[in-house]
Amino acid sequence: MEEIKFDPEICNQCETVDCLMKCQYIDFADVAEAKTEKLKINAGEHSRVLDECLTCYACQEYCPYDNNPFYLLVERQEQLGLLPAPTPIVTEQLKMMGPKGRIQNEAVSPPVVNMCAFPMLTGCVRGKLFEGASVIVGTDIFCNIMWLHFAKNSTIKERVPQMIDNIMNYYLKDSGVEEMICFHDECYGTYTSVAPAYGIEVPFKPVHLFDYINHRLDELADLITPLNVKIAYQRPCSNRLIPQTDLVLDEILKKIGAERVPRTYDRETALCCGGVPRAHQRDNLADELVEKNINDMLDVGATYCIFNCPFCMATLGQEVAENGIMPILISDLVQMALGE
Amino acid sequence: MKELIDRLKKIVGERFVSAESEERYLYSMDMGTMPPSVPDLVVMPGSTEEVSKIIRLANEYKVPVVPMGGGLVLSGLTRALKGGMILDMKRMNRITEVNPKSRYAVVEGGTSEGMLQAYLKKHHPELKHSLPDAPPIATLAGNVCIHGSGHLSVLGGYHSDMLNGMEVVLPTGEVVRTGSCSVSSDWFGKAPLPDLSGLFMGWAGTTGVVTRLGIKLYPNYRYSDLLIFVCEDAEDMPDVISRLTSTQVAEDMTPWMTPIPEWAKGFMHINIAYGAHSKEELTFKRNLLQMSVKEYKDKKIGGFLPMPPPQKARYMQIPTPDLVRFADVRKGGGFEYVGAIMAIEHFAEAYRAGVEIAERNDVSYSMGARVVGAGHSMMFFYAYAFNRADKEDMARAQRALEETNAAALEMGGIPWKAELPAQQQIIEKMAPDTFALMNRIRETLDPNHIMNPGNWERT
Ligand SMILES: Cc1cc2nc3c(=O)[nH]c(=O)nc-3n(C[C@H](O)[C@H](O)[C@H](O)COP(=O)(O)OP(=O)(O)OC[C@H]3O[C@@H](n4cnc5c(N)ncnc54)[C@H](O)[C@@H]3O)c2cc1C
Ligand code: SF4
Ligand code: SF4
Repeated sequence: MEEIKFDPEICNQCETVDCLMKCQYIDFADVAEAKTEKLKINAGEHSRVLDECLTCYACQEYCPYDNNPFYLLVERQEQLGLLPAPTPIVTEQLKMMGPKGRIQNEAVSPPVVNMCAFPMLTGCVRGKLFEGASVIVGTDIFCNIMWLHFAKNSTIKERVPQMIDNIMNYYLKDSGVEEMICFHDECYGTYTSVAPAYGIEVPFKPVHLFDYINHRLDELADLITPLNVKIAYQRPCSNRLIPQTDLVLDEILKKIGAERVPRTYDRETALCCGGVPRAHQRDNLADELVEKNINDMLDVGATYCIFNCPFCMATLGQEVAENGIMPILISDLVQMALGE
Repeated sequence: MKELIDRLKKIVGERFVSAESEERYLYSMDMGTMPPSVPDLVVMPGSTEEVSKIIRLANEYKVPVVPMGGGLVLSGLTRALKGGMILDMKRMNRITEVNPKSRYAVVEGGTSEGMLQAYLKKHHPELKHSLPDAPPIATLAGNVCIHGSGHLSVLGGYHSDMLNGMEVVLPTGEVVRTGSCSVSSDWFGKAPLPDLSGLFMGWAGTTGVVTRLGIKLYPNYRYSDLLIFVCEDAEDMPDVISRLTSTQVAEDMTPWMTPIPEWAKGFMHINIAYGAHSKEELTFKRNLLQMSVKEYKDKKIGGFLPMPPPQKARYMQIPTPDLVRFADVRKGGGFEYVGAIMAIEHFAEAYRAGVEIAERNDVSYSMGARVVGAGHSMMFFYAYAFNRADKEDMARAQRALEETNAAALEMGGIPWKAELPAQQQIIEKMAPDTFALMNRIRETLDPNHIMNPGNWERT
């Protein structure tokens, strides 16, 4: 298996060290200190960043040179045995989310929507928006990106090629389908960002949910009734790997008449939902993140909080609702605008 | 027999006595592994007075009487081993008093757990009682009589510890009261009197019929939460339990170990439930619990499962549906759930013995425990599911159970709600003078040997 793609020379010459200087969770005295720490990481030495990292994925987006700082950081955490979470938490989840070998050959027809390992969300693929869609789901096609939060690049390297094979061999190949819509940022991030950085080949064309919806909304334009609502967007960590899709969301929201109110914690400064720090046993930090997120949504007068990540929604949804804001998945919001 | 039935009908009414084969069949067994034993008849009293009359009649005819609540004990304690009548208490289901200030409820001997839960929810939402994970039709009396435990057992101990007093019809028909209610109109507790309640708890219905009981209630918090601690080494469990209970904030603590689903195999989990009046208090309590086992987190050998609220909800249902779900894994309606009450330090030993016995006998198992008090003891349980229609499967489960009980006794534990073979195993180990005293008490209370005969007797 190939090493993570990164070029130490680019970092050596980097003057801004944006990857660390923009980090919202670790403070550095100045660029020089950040650079020292970054170079330690690059050299495979211990750095406090490896201990303090929240695994928010954001540095992956902050690096102006696409030099994969986050993937490398995870690689180093694993190499140095710096697990961010207790071992049993990781090993039990590794088993829980492992491939179960229950997959069976199935004919599919486009659009093929990949719901990853979350069967409870398959009901979201409905109505005109997803007319004629085939749904694929299960731990045998789990994108496995979550291991970035647990210093387990080795699992990603081992399981992602297996998942790709499963998707091809059990679904796409025999049906002659070449495109696959990724309902979650996690999957799209895996196949378009993680895979090339880890040297994993992807034989199908992944399509992001936002691109699919944006295109469908053009086809269904007559059915749209603008919602005229203010929404707060809880941007998930995995969208940091594919920032280009964030602009597509803007287009979608414009088409359905939803205003993405400018939050303190959106876009580049989006804040973690608080889910992962709990796995890292940092509950007090998680509490703080939840509170900051909620107060921010209330401050901007949002009536809906939209999610594209099921884990963020599970983590924050109840708290959001208790504060009088309606939590909703983006696809559901779009369906509302289509009168469904 | 016909004469007895006619006289019983006069006491309880036509509808509440039956000697029909259908009823006799249904009342001959429970879901556990003990073989059926067919009663001669079933009678359902409606009041203490009726119970007293029935017992006097049974003495006259020298007919055995087997008190029964929900019949969910699973160890065959409500089978009529020597024929006679099943005294089904379910009609006596009134909740006669709730005292919100002194926090107790007085209920009749056939009142179910589910009824009291629903009643409190409707009329006293600020109060709750400690529910076992048994199906809601299980009765409070039946549960207290077997030293049951439940969702407030870390807070309040065994359900028999939460007992404030009882009204009991003795095996000779007199009606006695134990606890404060024997002197006062208030059912506030058992102190300062000689504690006669012990004459009826743990005796499997061989010393009298409980017709009323006072049971402690506890604050029902507005907010509740659950943590699940996970580690991989059973040897760590006594220390982890001791640390967690030392915080004195948990209501319930239930370790669980199961090979189904496969991912859970080999991991030790502890569900820790706690509640609070405000979110701040809840967070404070969570922090105390987490701090108590910080060393495990720092060494990365244990920690708390990250669980978003919707996922947690499943684990916070009371009673938990998980055991009932497990009970059905082999289909065919067979399930036995035995436990042994033991000291916390035997955790690893109990776990290893359970795995070894289950694997050797090839039975579907689920293991767990309920911590009682501030880590003062635990009820370590072994649940075996089997297919009743498959004789081999049932025999395997039976073998596993007997071996489990032997192993529990060997490590210093005592089988809980012991079925007949386990009762024998206990008697063998019991101090002889203690067993002799049990027999003398029983002889005094029940000279005609009519109460649930066959139980707690040396064979
Ligand atoms: C899925 C499942 C989960 C369970 N979980 C728990 C749990 O968490 N905690 C727990 O403690 N138990 C548990 N149990 C075991 C058992 O079901 C309960 O303890 C239950 O409360 C027993 O009550 P019962 O009314 O069914 O008693 P029964 O089975 O009717 O009787 C139990 C014993 O008490 C005697 N008895 C009953 N009523 C009277 C009376 N009025 N006067 C005198 N003697 C009487 C009977 O003769 C018998 O010996 C569980 C069982 C199942 C099936
Ligand atoms: S990873 Fe990117 S931002 Fe960070 S030091 Fe290297 S080049 Fe600069
Ligand atoms: S992943 Fe997030 S927390 Fe970790 S270094 Fe990068 S930006 Fe900072």
